[in-house]
Amino acid sequence: MNRTVWIYLLIMIVLTNLIRILPVTLIRRRITNTFLRSFLYYVPYVTLAVMTIPAMIQATASPVAGGAAFATGVVAAWKGLGLFPIALICCLVVLVIEMLPL
Amino acid sequence: MSAFFKGVRDGIPIAAGYFAVAFSLGITARNAGLTAPAGFLSSFLTRASAGEYGVYAMMAVHASFFEIAAICLIANLRYLLMGAALTQKFAPETSLLKRILTSCCITDEIFGISIAWPGFLPLAYPLGATTIAATMWGAGTASGISAGELLPPPIVSALSVALYGMFLAIIIPQGKKDRHVLAALLASFVLSWCCAGLPVLRGISPGIRTVVLTVVIAAAAAWLKPLPSENDRQP
Repeated sequence: MNRTVWIYLLIMIVLTNLIRILPVTLIRRRITNTFLRSFLYYVPYVTLAVMTIPAMIQATASPVAGGAAFATGVVAAWKGLGLFPIALICCLVVLVIEMLPL
Repeated sequence: MSAFFKGVRDGIPIAAGYFAVAFSLGITARNAGLTAPAGFLSSFLTRASAGEYGVYAMMAVHASFFEIAAICLIANLRYLLMGAALTQKFAPETSLLKRILTSCCITDEIFGISIAWPGFLPLAYPLGATTIAATMWGAGTASGISAGELLPPPIVSALSVALYGMFLAIIIPQGKKDRHVLAALLASFVLSWCCAGLPVLRGISPGIRTVVLTVVIAAAAAWLKPLPSENDRQP
């Protein structure tokens, strides 16, 4: 592997981790501003939701399988199942649908 | 059970999903000229799916260092928001070193399980999850580089939804508890779907789409339905 490849990788490793570190070094105390507090409360849920749709449906070979896995996952999570069972159920739904001779 | 081992336990499904995703990432990394050990090292230390995809794809076409840096910033900008959200999960006396180490554990999934931790977040929990998940992420990349397309396509397809299943396991229960979160989730699903499908908007990269939609929807939710006053909040 030549040196240029290593420089590319070094830039990626340093920059990606700097982005992670920056906010925790800048924000050191509890935020009291109600808007900011509320904003940061909603951020995790919104960002994970945005990353799930449409990516989950596009991740599988057939969009029907991804869509079915999404619907099943939502129902299973609503029923209170854990992280691992839900992930497993979603995988099985995709496997079954994609193996069906359609 | 200690926080570290709880982290390892919750990291197992993440690690399984990572291995599959990293396997396909490894195929891209091979085209960029990476050897298996280099792939392990760069994935283990970076731990960013979209960011790594972007960088490896650009390396393959010999992009400039500046372009590599730009794709890195854009694809990973969401970690900035996640880091900011995480600052409110620390106990006040948490040292700077522990804060920095915790923030280095951030990936979409590990951030997801970390915010689900009840109360103040101990470093050991995300660290435990990262130990197993990052190792499998690196191993998956290295396997993808050296073994190419050995895993049968239906298995790859099935494993690729594992991560999203975990996202649902994190966000849906909170939506059930808090109807304002539920409304924000519905808005997120619908708007993200529209932005990915409509002409013109479709051209926006997934990284930028995630950041813009997160800021807009979370700000709207915070403005319309702010949290109750400081006194009765949860950490």
